Amino acid sequence: MELPFDVVDLGPAEHPQSGEAAPDFERPLVTDEYWEDVALSDLTADGPVLLVFFPMDGSFPATYIWNEITERGWGSDDDLTVVGLSISSPYEHKAFISDADLPYRLFSDPQNGVAETYGIVHDLDGMAGVSEPRPAAFLIDGDRTVEYAWVAAEWPEFPDYDAIAAAIGDL
Amino acid sequence: MSESTTDASEEGDATITLYRLQACPFCERVARTLSEYDLDYQSRFVEPLHSERNAVKRVSGQRAVPVIIDERTGVTMSESERIVQYLDRTYGEA
Repeated sequence: MELPFDVVDLGPAEHPQSGEAAPDFERPLVTDEYWEDVALSDLTADGPVLLVFFPMDGSFPATYIWNEITERGWGSDDDLTVVGLSISSPYEHKAFISDADLPYRLFSDPQNGVAETYGIVHDLDGMAGVSEPRPAAFLIDGDRTVEYAWVAAEWPEFPDYDAIAAAIGDL
Repeated sequence: MSESTTDASEEGDATITLYRLQACPFCERVARTLSEYDLDYQSRFVEPLHSERNAVKRVSGQRAVPVIIDERTGVTMSESERIVQYLDRTYGEA
């Protein structure tokens, strides 16, 4: 999308790079029916995981990102687990999953601690005291090594879906 | 954060699953009893709207919570009074 002005530059992020370990964490993981505490390492124990950090439920980027991922059908076979993470509460995630008919589970992290661990905190301008993760995607293999990492450097910025698809293909 | 080091899952070996509703006193009573007996359990928080609790219905045949599933004994049980009695009987000191 070409705009006749500069968008907000978020600057570089100190996030885990390809080949480095993805930090483990445990948070409520929300399905369309319930939520329970699940660790990233619980998911990688079953194979590769695509972890997608997205802006809070209800924002248009959240809708755009999950529409695109759903259309591409990532994780529809057993070879890859696709999960999201935002600061929205489990109740909001349940509504989002149900309203958008998402075939994915979403981590709830209202205090944004996982984004801190991943070095991708985004303090929101005009929402005092609220921070969330930058939009980001990490493809993580079964031993929790990062295979592909993308983190937004501008606000807004969307994932390079084709690059993610290529990385999934390379697993 | 300390959780970034190794394995963040604290309850991965839990053999008891508790279906619960946030702030439901009957569910809290069961959780308290589980804690008293130092039992590992995995909490699954469900929908406040009774008619939408199909996950609970699938495991227990009805939609009321709390429900526990104890893999060690093969027991699936609803109603907090019964559950507490079961826990007392199975894991109590007496």
